[in-house]
Amino acid sequence: MTNNFDATTFIEVKNLSKTFDQFLANDSISIDIKKGEIHALLGENGAGKSTLVKCLYGVVKPTDGQILINGKHVTINSPREARSYGIGMVFQHFSLFPALTVSENILISLDEKITKKHLEDKISITAKQWGLPIEPTKKVLDLSVGEQQRVEIIRCLLQNPKLLIMDEPTSVLSPQEINQLFKVLRKLANSGCSILYISHKLNEIKQIASKVTILRSGKVISSTSTSKISTTSMAEKMIGKKVKKITKISKNSFLNSPPAISINNLNRKKLSQFGTELKKISFNVKYGEILGIAGVAGNGQVELMNALSGETLGDPDEIIFEDKKIGNTNIKFRRSLGLEFVPEERNGHATVPEITLTENTFLTFYNTYSKNNNFLDDILLSSNMSSNDTISIINDNDVRCPYSNPLADQLSGGNLQKFIVGRSLKANPKVLIISQPTWGVDIGAASEIRSKLLLLAKAGKAIILISQDLDEIYEISNNICVINNGSLSKPKITSKISAKDIGILMGIN
Amino acid sequence: MIEFTPRKIQSSFWAILSPIISIAITIFIGSLIFKILSYPVMESLYQVFVSPFSRPDRIADIFVKACPLIIIGLGLIFCFKANIWNIGAEGQFILGTLCAGSFALLFPETKTYTLLFSMFIIGFISGAIWASIPAILKVKLNVNEILVSLMLVYVAMLFIDFVVRGPLRDPMSFGFPLSKVYPDGAIISKVDFPFIGFLGQFHYGIFIILILCPLIWFFINKTLPGFQIKIFGSSTRASEFAGFNKNKITFYVLLVSGGLSGVAGVIEVSANMGRLQPEVSFGYGFTAIIVAFLGRLNPYGVVIAGIIIATAKLGADNAQMVLGIPKVVTGIFEGMLLFFLLAGETIQKYKISIRKDN
Repeated sequence: MTNNFDATTFIEVKNLSKTFDQFLANDSISIDIKKGEIHALLGENGAGKSTLVKCLYGVVKPTDGQILINGKHVTINSPREARSYGIGMVFQHFSLFPALTVSENILISLDEKITKKHLEDKISITAKQWGLPIEPTKKVLDLSVGEQQRVEIIRCLLQNPKLLIMDEPTSVLSPQEINQLFKVLRKLANSGCSILYISHKLNEIKQIASKVTILRSGKVISSTSTSKISTTSMAEKMIGKKVKKITKISKNSFLNSPPAISINNLNRKKLSQFGTELKKISFNVKYGEILGIAGVAGNGQVELMNALSGETLGDPDEIIFEDKKIGNTNIKFRRSLGLEFVPEERNGHATVPEITLTENTFLTFYNTYSKNNNFLDDILLSSNMSSNDTISIINDNDVRCPYSNPLADQLSGGNLQKFIVGRSLKANPKVLIISQPTWGVDIGAASEIRSKLLLLAKAGKAIILISQDLDEIYEISNNICVINNGSLSKPKITSKISAKDIGILMGIN
Repeated sequence: MIEFTPRKIQSSFWAILSPIISIAITIFIGSLIFKILSYPVMESLYQVFVSPFSRPDRIADIFVKACPLIIIGLGLIFCFKANIWNIGAEGQFILGTLCAGSFALLFPETKTYTLLFSMFIIGFISGAIWASIPAILKVKLNVNEILVSLMLVYVAMLFIDFVVRGPLRDPMSFGFPLSKVYPDGAIISKVDFPFIGFLGQFHYGIFIILILCPLIWFFINKTLPGFQIKIFGSSTRASEFAGFNKNKITFYVLLVSGGLSGVAGVIEVSANMGRLQPEVSFGYGFTAIIVAFLGRLNPYGVVIAGIIIATAKLGADNAQMVLGIPKVVTGIFEGMLLFFLLAGETIQKYKISIRKDN
């Protein structure tokens, strides 16, 4: 029991610390969340947001410190105990079984015993009450990502939570869906439920939260009301230094030039059962242009990337680079023409995690190393050349390594991404096709990567940017298309298309 | 709760200690089993662990026994590094033997070693052809190579049985299913060591390992195709992204591995049997899978692993012969040794701690 207990506070964390091995993930964090408050938790990857939340939800146990709920000391040993205290959580990656229906998915996670029929009624009532339309008998397989998130939220709401934790809830949503979600969250807060909202999107936090706590390197840097802090100073507090402003290049300089690469009626079958079929995709990109392809994840981005890179092949006419038909050529050949690719998946696609950076450089550069006709030179590993190139990639792109030439998986996500983008730039490409370049990357690295892309476009190269991050697309691309269920919309000039229009093109209204 | 955390740096302390502990535990539990089954404990342990080293000729025989295991194991490194599961080395071994042997029997009077040399080539090619069946099916139709290569083992076994009982049976063999004896030019002779003479069955074929082992190490670690195999094995998507040809890699690793199995068969029969018989391999192709993994897919490791497994096999044989301990009991021993050696690797790779849960 504490003596200075404030009746409006739901949960109070005092000096909470958590260490993993030697690593201090949370360093004596104190935070309190009022009843009915939307409290944002802001921080870069690795700042300790997830660890803190996991402590609150009973997934990991704090090494030190106290948690008070309604003024009483509690220890939370498991998610089940957390739920019994009225804490619910919606994870960033949903834990739903695609083959089961909505109600079945909820049924298996409930702590109480209830019949399916009864539950379906309850789901419908809750859905109506909070404005989260959902069909309880539908299979999760057939739901959009936004609908799946609703299932997760309803799952929490059925337990009448006093605190709802949401981990990066908007990263998979369209602008319209985000607005819808915000309405629900506000309604919830008004009813007295506290919300802990984890995000790294500053505008959103400003929009939805009343209070923001900023974490950096496991410590609370600042905790203020959102009306008293600007997004710029939030960003600076979050990364600990000034944010570089990046400037977009002058447009129109490329308008009259012929296309660098054009895609004509490209069709591809789905890669897997849950994949998306590409239907008659056509667009072209000119030198100096950045074309942004927006869209909610899982609408054919992976298939499109594979088709553009040559990992899946089709008819020669489908892709024309300058005047060469390359739709049926492999990735090695396309690289030799001056195309470069950065796929979405960093580990195990763009790089091999368990080999060194030098070897990872070699992975996409070996072709250029063995141009002479000497058989032995072609067959032996030319580690000198790739280690020189690796060093210059590391230096040019500020890739921070724990020691020289580490394994790829020893780099943090942001640094690895800087390395991968740097590797593509090092090849001096004429066309760069890049997918989700800043996904899961901290804000500092993300802005560095974006300014590199702008510089490349300025130097007269063509860029195709596939991204879920609408802010990013608006920030750097000249034209925008939207991919939805395997079809691509016509490109529009960035300044002439609103976020709302994009949302409609994403198929959600 | 027991927690396994991966070690950042491989512990050299445990690298040395863990095999020793593994062997000690094997000895301890093994003695218990001998005790329960009322065999003389010390005598049994002596036969299993010490007798293979008790005489120079017995030590030499360890290498003889290890030779086919190592050569097949070296070939399997290619497949397993690429994550291609060739389980049919036994069949490739048999087919290599059969084709090379049949070829040798066509030239009954030959004394020159050109014949032996040709047999090596035929053995390699026929082993490779046998492995190319799962390779083609995998590449063209995406048929699982594990099943195809395994089933082809039984085809090869039955085929050699048919050939030796039928077309190639020696009319003078008194009805035994044996072929005629190989001509001199097809026999690998035993090594006549200066001042010592012959040591057990130690033959010249064993020396091929001295060439193969560094060659394969160099290929895997220092050449582009070796690099491609490694990358393909650790991440298929990354290797496709790099532009490596998936089908080519799948095909070639199976060919090389099948070919080396065939060569191992040629050496085994030309050195130790000198004729074809229904049983030319004693599960070498299967045991070599264990050898390849115990050697951590490293050519030098495979040599060491081959020697360890061969020693265990010979020790078990001796215990069987001298004390009449049944094969199943000594089999338990071999199994335990492997089990603990592999468990010991876990200690090397992971830090194990016990976490208290309330």
